[in-house]
Amino acid sequence: MFEAGLVAATSAVQNGCARVLGGVKVRWYRPLLMAISVAVGLSGCGDAGPVNKEAFAKPTITVYSSRKEHLVKPLFEQFTAETGMPVRYVTDKAGPLMARLQAEGETTPADMLMTVDAGNLWQASQMGLLQTVNSETLNSHVPVHLRSATGDWYALSVRARTIVYSTERVKPADLSTYEALADSDWQGRLCLRTSKKVYNQSLVATMIQSLGEEKTEQVVRGWVANLATAPFSNDTSTMEAIVAGQCDVSIVNTYYYGRLKKAKADIPLALFWPNQEDRGVHVNISGAGITRHAKQPAAAQQLLEWLSGPQAQRQLAELNQEYPANPLIKVSEEVAAWGEFKADTVNVEAAGSLQASAVKLMDRADFR
Amino acid sequence: MKLTLRQQWLWQLPVGLMVGLVLLPVSVILLSWGDAQTEVWAHLIETQLGRLLQNTVLLVMGVGLGVTLLGVSLAWLTAVCDFPGRRWLEWSLMLPLAVPTYVVAFVALGLFSYSGPLGNQWRSWFGAEAWFPDVRHSLGVVLVMTLVLYPYVYMLARSAFLAQGRELMDASRLLGHGPWDSFLRVALPMARPAIAAGVALALMETLADFGAVAVLNFDTFTTAIYKSWFGFFNLGAAAQLASLLLLFVGLALLVEQRARGSARFHQHPRQERESYRLRGWRAWLATGYCGAVVGLAFVIPVVQLVIWVADSGVQDLNPRFGRLIGHTFTLGGSAAVLTVVLALLVAYAQRLNGRHQLSGAERLAGMGYALPGSVLAVAIMLAFAFLDRELINPLRQSLGLAQTQLLVGSLAALVLAYIIRFFSVAFGPVHSGLERIRPSFQEAALTLGATQSRVLRQVYLPLLTPGLLTALLLVLVDVMKEMPATLLLRPFGWDTLAVRVYEMTSEGEWQRAALPALTLVLLSIPPVIVMIRRSRLD
Repeated sequence: MFEAGLVAATSAVQNGCARVLGGVKVRWYRPLLMAISVAVGLSGCGDAGPVNKEAFAKPTITVYSSRKEHLVKPLFEQFTAETGMPVRYVTDKAGPLMARLQAEGETTPADMLMTVDAGNLWQASQMGLLQTVNSETLNSHVPVHLRSATGDWYALSVRARTIVYSTERVKPADLSTYEALADSDWQGRLCLRTSKKVYNQSLVATMIQSLGEEKTEQVVRGWVANLATAPFSNDTSTMEAIVAGQCDVSIVNTYYYGRLKKAKADIPLALFWPNQEDRGVHVNISGAGITRHAKQPAAAQQLLEWLSGPQAQRQLAELNQEYPANPLIKVSEEVAAWGEFKADTVNVEAAGSLQASAVKLMDRADFR
Repeated sequence: MKLTLRQQWLWQLPVGLMVGLVLLPVSVILLSWGDAQTEVWAHLIETQLGRLLQNTVLLVMGVGLGVTLLGVSLAWLTAVCDFPGRRWLEWSLMLPLAVPTYVVAFVALGLFSYSGPLGNQWRSWFGAEAWFPDVRHSLGVVLVMTLVLYPYVYMLARSAFLAQGRELMDASRLLGHGPWDSFLRVALPMARPAIAAGVALALMETLADFGAVAVLNFDTFTTAIYKSWFGFFNLGAAAQLASLLLLFVGLALLVEQRARGSARFHQHPRQERESYRLRGWRAWLATGYCGAVVGLAFVIPVVQLVIWVADSGVQDLNPRFGRLIGHTFTLGGSAAVLTVVLALLVAYAQRLNGRHQLSGAERLAGMGYALPGSVLAVAIMLAFAFLDRELINPLRQSLGLAQTQLLVGSLAALVLAYIIRFFSVAFGPVHSGLERIRPSFQEAALTLGATQSRVLRQVYLPLLTPGLLTALLLVLVDVMKEMPATLLLRPFGWDTLAVRVYEMTSEGEWQRAALPALTLVLLSIPPVIVMIRRSRLD
C-alpha cells in the first residue's frame, strides 16, 4: 500500500499535477497518501514562481554551489535581470555536491559547480566532473595562477589567510613570516584554528610546495609546541581568544577579521602581511567551472564570464569582504584600509594536489 | 494464534520493505570494502585511531550514563510525584529536543571559554593565571551531549512509568519496601525496555553527531570519517570507517538484547492514579532540579538565540522565510506520518508472529540512525542515482521516454531518506508501547471474530496513542532539524529552516543563523505540548 502511494507520487511528478486521490477507498491510509501528494504537488507546482514568456524561451542554468545562498543569490538575480536567463541552484558542502555530480553522470541537471578552495576545484577536475572552457574573456579576466592550467575552472574571488595580532601585546616589528611563528619566542602565545578546516590544509599544502615537506613539518611542529590552548573550531573564536588575552597571535582569513571589525570598530586587533620578503601572503580562491555533462554549456559559460566581469566582481568581493579575482577591479574601501600586500603566486592547484600530504603532515605533528 | 500462510506473507511486507530501504545505503557502504583504502588506514592507525577510539568510547559511556541518570530521574519525578511547578516542568523538560545540538555546544563554548563572560569574571576574581576548566575537554562534550539527548530517555521512561499504574507500587510498599526500594525493584525493571530504547537512541545519535564535536573540536570516530572524505578526498575510506561504526552499533544492540533476556513486560491498562505529593524541602529540591535542567538545556540556549536575533535584526524575515517554514513542516509532517505507519506495521507484524525478541531484520531496519548524517545521505544518494541510471532510465528508454533523473532530487527520494534515517526513532516508542499491551486483548478480539486489521485499528491504536504520538513528535522534530540528507537530496527551491541554519553557520555567521534556529525551536513547542497533554489525559 505504501509502495502504491509512492508510485502514485512519482507518477504525479511525471505527469505534472495529476490527481492521485481519486478512487482510493481504504480509509486509514488516506492521510498518508494525502501527505505525499500534497508534498509532491507542491514540488511540482508550488515553487516555480512567476514564469513569463520571455524567460521561458531562454535556457535555465543550473548551479551546484557550496557558496551560500546569501552570497550567490543577489548575483544570479542580477544576471537574470540582464540576460533574461533564469538561474536555479542548490547549495551544500563541496564534498557531497561532487559525489552527487559523479553519481549522476550524464543525467545530471547541473551546468556549473561553484565552490570555495582551490583544493576542491582541483579535486573536481581530477574526478572528471568539469569540462575545458576556452574563453578569451575569462583568460583576460582571471590571472594565470588563479585558474586551472586546462581551463577546467576559474577563480571568482581571492581570500588572504594572514597573521592577526593583538595591538596591545605585540609590536608588528616582532612579526615576519608564517614560519617565524614556530620560534620559541611565541611559546604559549599562539592560537590556531583546527587542522580539519580546509583553509589550514591549503596553507600547509602550499608551504610544502614552497619549503618542502621536511621543513614544513618542522614549522608545523613548532606551531603546535607554541599553542596557548587547543585549536579552535573557527577563526572568530581564535580572534576572540586574542582579545581576551589567552594568546597574542593567530592565522585567519581576512574577511573574518573584517566582520569582527565591522561589528566592533575599536577591537584591539590588526592584520599583518607576512613573508613580504619572499613568497608573499598565502591566498586561496573561490571559483567555478562548467560541468562535463552540462545541458546548457554555452549559457553557463556566459554566466561564468559575467561573474568574472567588473560588476559581478565588485559585488562578489564586497558581499564578503574578499579580493576580486579580476585584477582590474578595485577592492572595497574597507578591505583597502587593511593595506596592500604581495600575494603568493604559487598556482593554487598545489593546494589540491598536496592536500592529502598536508593533512597527514598535520596529523603527524599532532595538530588537531 | 495461527495466521494463514497468505496472511503471514502479507504481514512480512512492511518488514521486507523497510529492510530493503535500509539495505540500499548500507550495501553501498559495505561494498566500499571492494577497494580497501589501505593507505588511509595505515595513516590513521599510525597517527590517531587509538585516541579517536578512546575518545569515542569515553563519549559513549559518559553520555550513556548521563542520559540514563538524568532521563530516568526526571521521568520518575514528573510521572509519579507532585511538586510545585510540575505541570509546567513535565512538558518543558521535552523542549531541549528542539534545540539543535550545535546551538547548545556553541552556547557552552561561548559561556565557558576563556574569552567568555564566566572566564573573564573568573580571572577578575582569581587573577589572570588562575586555572579555568575548558569545555572542550571530554567532560564538557559529555555534558553538552547529555543535556541535548536526555529527552529521548525522559520521554520513553515517563510514558512507561505512567502506564505502570500505582497498584504495583502500592503492593510493594505494603510488603514493606521503602519508596526507593520499590522504585529500584518494581518500577525500574518494568520500565527497562522503554529506558533501553531511549538510551539506544541517544547513543546512536552520539555516535553519529558531528555538530557538537565540530564546534568543540573534539576528535571522535565521526571526525575521522569526515577527515577521510574532505581531507583525503577519499569517500571509499570514509565509507569503510562508517561500516565499522555500523558494526559497533550492531554489537551494542546485541548486548542490549542479551541483557534484557526473555523478560516480558505486560501491564494493566492505564488507571486513574494519584501522585505522591512531595512536601517541604523535598518538593523544592525536585522543582529546583527539574528547573535547573530546563534552564541549562533550553532557557539559556534560547536566550542566547534571542540575543543573537536582536543583535542581527530581522533582515532575513521576508516572504521567502515563510516558504522555508512551509517546506519544513511539509517535509517533517509527511515523513513523520509515513515513518510511524511503517514502524507500527513492522512492530505489529513482529507481535503477530508471537516473538518477543527482535529479529535481525527489525534490527537492521533501525541501523540508519547510527550512521553519521552526511555518510548516510551520500550513500542513499549513490543508491538512488544507481537506480536512476541502471533501472529507471533503461526502462524509460524502452518506453521511448527521455532520459532524466526521477529519484535523485525528487521529493519522494528525500522522504524515503528521512524514513531510512529515522525509522528506529519511531520504532522505539511504538514497539515499547506495544510490548506493554497484553496479548489477551488481541486473543479476545480474535476469538470474537475480528480480523487482524480490525484488531489493529480498534484495539491497539487507541491503547497505543501515547506511543504513536511520541513517535510522531520525535520524527517530526528530528526531520525538521535534519541537515545533510535535506541538503543533498532536496529538489531545487526546497530549502528548509535547517538548510538556512547550515548556510549561515558554515560561513561562521552564528548570529544570522539564530533566526531560523529560533524559529525551528518555536515550531517544535506546540507539538511537544500537545503530546504531553495527551499522554496525561488518556
